[in-house]
Amino acid sequence: MGRSIQIDAQGRLVHLLTTEGLPAEMILHILDTAAQFVSVNEREVKKVPLLRGKSIFNVFFENSTRTRTTFEIAAKRLSADVINLNIGASSTAKGETLLDTVWNLQAMDADMFVVRHAEAGAPHLIARNVKPGVHVVNAGDGRHAHPTQGLLDMYTIRHYKKDFSRLVVAIVGDVLHSRVARSEIHALKTLGVPDVRVIGPKTLLPADIERLGVRVFHDLAEGLRDCDVVITLRLQNERMSGPLLPSAGEFHKAYGLTPDRLARARPDAIVMHPGPLNRGVEIDSGVADGTHSVIMPQVTFGIAVRMAVMAILAGNA
Amino acid sequence: MKIDIRNARVIDPASGRDESVPLFVADGRIASIGAAPDGFRPDRTIDATGLVACPGLVDLSARLREPGFEYRATLESEMQAAVAGGVTSLACPPDTDPPLDEPGLVEMLKRRAESLRQARVFPLGALTLGLRGEKIAEMGELAEAGCVAFFQADAPLTDLNVLLQAMRYAATFGHAVWLRPQDSHLAHGGVAHEGEVSTRLGLPPIPAVAETVALHVILELAESTGARVHLARLSTARGVALVAAAKARGLPVTCDVGVHHLLLCDRDAGDFNANMNLVPPLRGPADRDALRRGLADGTIDAVCSDHTPVDDDAKQVPFGEAEPGATGLELLLPLVLQWGAGMKLPLAATLAAATSRAAAVLGIEAGTLAPGRPADLCLFDPERHWVVMPAALASQGRNSPFLGLELVGRVVTTLVDGRVVYTG
Repeated sequence: MGRSIQIDAQGRLVHLLTTEGLPAEMILHILDTAAQFVSVNEREVKKVPLLRGKSIFNVFFENSTRTRTTFEIAAKRLSADVINLNIGASSTAKGETLLDTVWNLQAMDADMFVVRHAEAGAPHLIARNVKPGVHVVNAGDGRHAHPTQGLLDMYTIRHYKKDFSRLVVAIVGDVLHSRVARSEIHALKTLGVPDVRVIGPKTLLPADIERLGVRVFHDLAEGLRDCDVVITLRLQNERMSGPLLPSAGEFHKAYGLTPDRLARARPDAIVMHPGPLNRGVEIDSGVADGTHSVIMPQVTFGIAVRMAVMAILAGNA
Repeated sequence: MKIDIRNARVIDPASGRDESVPLFVADGRIASIGAAPDGFRPDRTIDATGLVACPGLVDLSARLREPGFEYRATLESEMQAAVAGGVTSLACPPDTDPPLDEPGLVEMLKRRAESLRQARVFPLGALTLGLRGEKIAEMGELAEAGCVAFFQADAPLTDLNVLLQAMRYAATFGHAVWLRPQDSHLAHGGVAHEGEVSTRLGLPPIPAVAETVALHVILELAESTGARVHLARLSTARGVALVAAAKARGLPVTCDVGVHHLLLCDRDAGDFNANMNLVPPLRGPADRDALRRGLADGTIDAVCSDHTPVDDDAKQVPFGEAEPGATGLELLLPLVLQWGAGMKLPLAATLAAATSRAAAVLGIEAGTLAPGRPADLCLFDPERHWVVMPAALASQGRNSPFLGLELVGRVVTTLVDGRVVYTG
């Protein structure tokens, strides 16, 4: 499947829609650029003029205060003008199509769209329909992709583990509905991680997931053995009552990450979570707040990674 | 009107005839093939050098969008599309608005279609009132009004008692019951075949068991009630195997496949191409190959266009929100030819799948060149290459997975009742 829409003929990133098909050099370029911004973020004046005069529209068709805020902070630290639009669950409720909304905003001279949408592929559709020179960043589309989250997780892993080539990484929980898991899997495989595992019940693992190059485990203890990195996924509230799981409690019993279970992993293992946490469901407080947890650094690095993506797209880095 | 069609390669799939002979039409019927009838004086001679003359295509599913969806297509545009595609008989599903569940609607549709004097239209009546799956429709009245079978279309029929009684009732009077095998709970919310592609793209999946579980139920009820059942739009390899087994034990079932499913699979969806959003979903490569073989070996009785015109706005949305379906009437012939060539079938066998075998499913007097039958003919150039350009389609639906692609085989002239209704 071609993913060339996000990379132009000269190999430059023009949109960031998915980590699938993103070359390793491009991922590393984003991570290296992010490293420079981490130091900017540690300064007293956390601002660089790279995107001065640029207009970035955060267009959220699905509400998410947290993700929108991280993009907003990243854009402001690059000195861009940021406009936030929460269009809600359905654009059609207003009688306007997705593309009409985008074309209207484009007519206001937008330079970049940061898009979140409940439907997989919505950012692709937008990217195919914007003018040349206008960039699209996927901030999460359905179950498909959340590439900046995937990249900030790669940044975090590299920060603590340095080298991808000998790692064992496990992704635990609701992989079925997780755009984060998919973006992580593609990036991990591209960066040469030899052992990527997904752990969960058969109801929460999508069909043929092993075709993405991962090993499937249904037993948490077995899957965690010798892991360098453990990524727990958020279990959405609505999944706890549907036909996929009997209860949050039973999920926790089988797949919740507790200090005891984490002991199966390597002694220096790191624990990650894309947030927001369901304490006592997919992760215990003892783990989330424990010495292995790098959940807060993930958030910090996330700003720098999003700055890097925006700066690279705008052609200024 | 007497017409002498000269120099054509005449193919009659029903009889297996495939030879270059003259074909004579008189008074709207096939007069003879080979030797002219005594005293035949043609009013018109058609030189069909380089062309194939075959029975007009019989399409088991073409949505004409009337009544109710005229903004997507009109009877005028779609009937024009039919003859431009060499289709001279078509069955239209009842999922209009309102659905074809009362005789007045059916009579009006038939009258409107007849007044256009193009392809013959065979309405499929709604199996249940309003396609709601609660109460069986007035099959007797609808049959009198012109319905040739009763179809639940894509509407769910979850109450199996309703299905059982509908089959018993239909069996009482010999009406055919059409069903698209899909369990609505198992398919719930899905938009793509469950497999590697839906996993990669994060599209809500429809598992293959949504089809096979429904097939088991339908076949069991068919056996118990003795109803004549037609299974519409098979999509899975396992489904083909189940139908083959049912036929082997003598069940009077027939089935069809949409032409897109013979040539495409889930991998062709690429980066969320909404024109690939079809019902049923395009499934895996192994499913596609089983459908191709099933149609060739006769397990699947016929192929149809499953013509579904959708307006551009309804496709210019994310994949999962897109209105499913593809325009098909004008692409049916070249797509069927592509399947036949891929399967290395003789041209007569290829054409049978969209002519005589489809007519047999409907039980209509069409799809053959037997002398005395209505002169519904398709003359096509089997070598003509053409590119599918949306603006050049007669159908109001410009939605096709094949837009911009080159196809081989183009209809040149179409006759219905011995009248030339289309010249390309």
